[in-house]
Amino acid sequence: MTDKPSQKAPHVGLFATCLVDLFRPGVGFAAIKLLEDAGCTVSVPQSQTCCGQPAYNSGDRRDAAAIAKTVIAAFEAYDFVVVPSGSCGGTIKKHYPGLLGDDREWGARAEALSAKTHELISFLTDILGVAAVSARFDGSVTYHDSCSGLREMGIEAQPRALLETVDGLTIREMADADVCCGFGGTFCVKYPELSNAIVEKKTEAIAASGADTVLAGDLGCLMNMAGKLQRQGRPIKARHVAEVLAGMTDMPAIGESE
Amino acid sequence: MRITAPAFKENAQNALTDLHLQRALEHVEAGFIHKRAKVVAALPEFDALRDAARDIKNHTLEHLDLYLEAYEKAATKAGGQVHWAETGGDARAIILDICRKAGAKTITKGKSMVSEEININDFLAENGIEPVETDLGEYIIQLRGEPPSHIIAPAVHLTKDQVEADFRRVHTHLDAARDLSESTSLLAEARGVLRDKFLAADVGMTGANFLVAETGTSVIVTNEGNGDLTQVLPRVHIVIASIEKVVPTLEDVSTLLRVLARSATGQDMTVYNTFSTGPRRPGDPDGPEEYHVVILDNGRTAMLGNEFHDMLRCIRCGACMNHCPVYHAIGGHAYGTPYVGPMGAVLAPALFGLDEAANLPNASTFCGRCESVCPMRIPLPKLLRHWREKEFERGLAPATQRWGLGVWAYFAQHPRLYRLSTRLAIGALGWLGKKKGRFRALPLAGGWTRHRDLPAPSSRTFIDQIRDREQ
Amino acid sequence: MSGRETVLGKVRRALAVSGAEAERKAAVDERLANPVAGLIPERGQLEGAARVDLFCKMAEAVQAGVTRVASSDDVPEAIAKFLRQNNLPAEIRLGADDRLAGLPWEKTPNLTRKSGPSDGRDLTGVSHALGGVAETGTLVLHSGSDNPTTLNFLPDTHIVVVAADDIAGDYETVWQRIRTIFGKGVMPRTVNWVTGPSRSADIEQTLLLGAHGPRALQIIVIGGTA
Repeated sequence: MTDKPSQKAPHVGLFATCLVDLFRPGVGFAAIKLLEDAGCTVSVPQSQTCCGQPAYNSGDRRDAAAIAKTVIAAFEAYDFVVVPSGSCGGTIKKHYPGLLGDDREWGARAEALSAKTHELISFLTDILGVAAVSARFDGSVTYHDSCSGLREMGIEAQPRALLETVDGLTIREMADADVCCGFGGTFCVKYPELSNAIVEKKTEAIAASGADTVLAGDLGCLMNMAGKLQRQGRPIKARHVAEVLAGMTDMPAIGESE
Repeated sequence: MRITAPAFKENAQNALTDLHLQRALEHVEAGFIHKRAKVVAALPEFDALRDAARDIKNHTLEHLDLYLEAYEKAATKAGGQVHWAETGGDARAIILDICRKAGAKTITKGKSMVSEEININDFLAENGIEPVETDLGEYIIQLRGEPPSHIIAPAVHLTKDQVEADFRRVHTHLDAARDLSESTSLLAEARGVLRDKFLAADVGMTGANFLVAETGTSVIVTNEGNGDLTQVLPRVHIVIASIEKVVPTLEDVSTLLRVLARSATGQDMTVYNTFSTGPRRPGDPDGPEEYHVVILDNGRTAMLGNEFHDMLRCIRCGACMNHCPVYHAIGGHAYGTPYVGPMGAVLAPALFGLDEAANLPNASTFCGRCESVCPMRIPLPKLLRHWREKEFERGLAPATQRWGLGVWAYFAQHPRLYRLSTRLAIGALGWLGKKKGRFRALPLAGGWTRHRDLPAPSSRTFIDQIRDREQ
Repeated sequence: MSGRETVLGKVRRALAVSGAEAERKAAVDERLANPVAGLIPERGQLEGAARVDLFCKMAEAVQAGVTRVASSDDVPEAIAKFLRQNNLPAEIRLGADDRLAGLPWEKTPNLTRKSGPSDGRDLTGVSHALGGVAETGTLVLHSGSDNPTTLNFLPDTHIVVVAADDIAGDYETVWQRIRTIFGKGVMPRTVNWVTGPSRSADIEQTLLLGAHGPRALQIIVIGGTA
């Protein structure tokens, strides 16, 4: 990894997201591997924190706007901003322009950043044209469509297409893969009983798929599903889809000990 | 109905443990989602029709004053009497006055959410006039003294057994030994009981799905035919409709109807779409002698022209609630307002006040499935977020929540401080959770760990690990 | 201030308009004076026999029965036969529609005809539709002494006669015909679109026919075969 971009290699600023930063650094390393394998130069700005979505979705526009400016300043120099999360990527791509739209200068900078911000997997397939990965995973997986990724960023076929190219892997679709897992950011702690009722349906569908691992593109959803599966004593593992695509499944699954 | 939205959390908790309700809610997913998906897949133009429908309403709302005036002019020309009501109270007074002048003892009612909104049934009953709901679902919940739990399937929260019990309790004039074990026999019984009510009513009252400015026409959409019997048999027909129901032309209505039925019940077209213009004409053998339309504001103008404007496009199909994971979990009554699900969570604070309804915009995961099926392309999550902003601005959110978020936001804007504090916190948590890989309980994380384990972080943050590598 | 002025005033304040803006008025006047059809689905644009076939198919898909006859002379026998096959009394109620009155009822001497609106005791009503709409198998009927509206809803069984030539592809074509018949901006008191027999799914989302309106809808299409 280097901070010096070559003439041709796209220089990607990786926005790891706060959850990956704090809870699962492996996803960040998987993202770096996938991007570098696809010919990118990857930088990880040290000044990154959070995309501001918790404040934004809680109605705190002022703080959300201030955080957005921090993110813009940290990332606007790169050719692309890539995020291993449809939700945080969606915040930057779909919501920053509106959030800062009243400010001419920052509005324009938000628009510019939005235009080059992508969720990791769709960036690989749709922008870089990656059609296959070289990875092996001996097991069956079921893929949960995280809501923001699916409905804000249009991510549905891309991860499945790349998973098809992983040696040894079988996909077993669950019923209602496109239905929310009940995480919802602060929702899950503001309305814990409701969130639980929703995630119970999700883990039921995961178990019914017969897969031994559930994958998704958002760590928030994954922590929610993994935590519920473990509380229910179900022997199903949870991983970020990037870990499998990067062949980095030697690290313990989410919530598993080393 | 009594607004119980402030008790949303308790309502939701009760709903989650109500076994009858949970069983009934299973029908929502099977009954609505798959039917809609099938009929939408069979019409290649569906998404383009949604765009067209959105554009029609946007145009109408931009010219709402003029279309309302045009509607009034045409309706009056056709012999209708148009009344204007600023508030629910105004509408109730107007309706009571019409009923009194008609000497009404009973009025039959077609299904109307606006009539639920203004509490007309209780009001009429208090004034000695018996309101009879005639939509099967509305009839059932009227027997039970309940509000609707869904805007187009008001009794969706009930099972067949519960309906049978209610019919036996109320229809005491019928043979106690009759068999009501099948839905068909329940339907036949309601049909028989209500047929007499239709024929005896002095006034019939319906809502309106649309008002057509071009012709002064009101439009109702029903599958049962109850709305038609409500309006064709009594001497007086009253239509209650809110201001945003107006659309320009018959062509515009046709476009809207193409998306309404498909989004609502998964039908290509609802069985009865009825276009009513004025009272009985000379030579007509049937139909009402008087035709009144009450046009109601009741808080709509407070949404017009501002960040909530898009909500006024709503055509009340119910697709948003049919596809909502929160609605699936708790049904409609927990919302504690007549309008439920995502559309209700946007409307309720406008109609009943944010103080009353602040819970509702918060009780959403923002999964966006509602917006993805809305035939009018209303950005429901965005509108819910706007209510959260209003709530935040007014300091209505719980102090602990505001404090927690405030601290987080402060750190997020100060990367060095953020690094330092997360390094310490994650280091400690990672060390604590290393052995098991997760926590079953953790101080301050009870909302999470009550129902699920919390994955433990690794002991060093990603950013620190990157820095270590680069150094 | 009247409710009217209050409500319109609030609308205008919210929209920041006075109501007198010439441009807005012109836009509204134009739209109302010259209604423009929106997007018509392809299935609503079929011609000839294909259109009539689609009408029949869509109507049957929503549990209506369809009988096709070659000419109006065949209608009385088609009605009598339908009643016989469904064990219904040979008795119908119908309005004053000339197209129905002019049918050769002498071919079915055992069929009793009553005229006028229904009082709720008729088992079978017969109406003549203004037209049909192929895209959804929808019948279009209108009020008046020819075809009383009560006949559409009170009898258990509703038989509707429609001429294949009156079956349009889309709703918009029928609106144009109504404008031609009644005059621009003028509507009959009631226009009913009827798509299948009455139904309800209010109990456990189970679809049941015959909620308050007819339990059965039988459509007799005259002509239109290829």
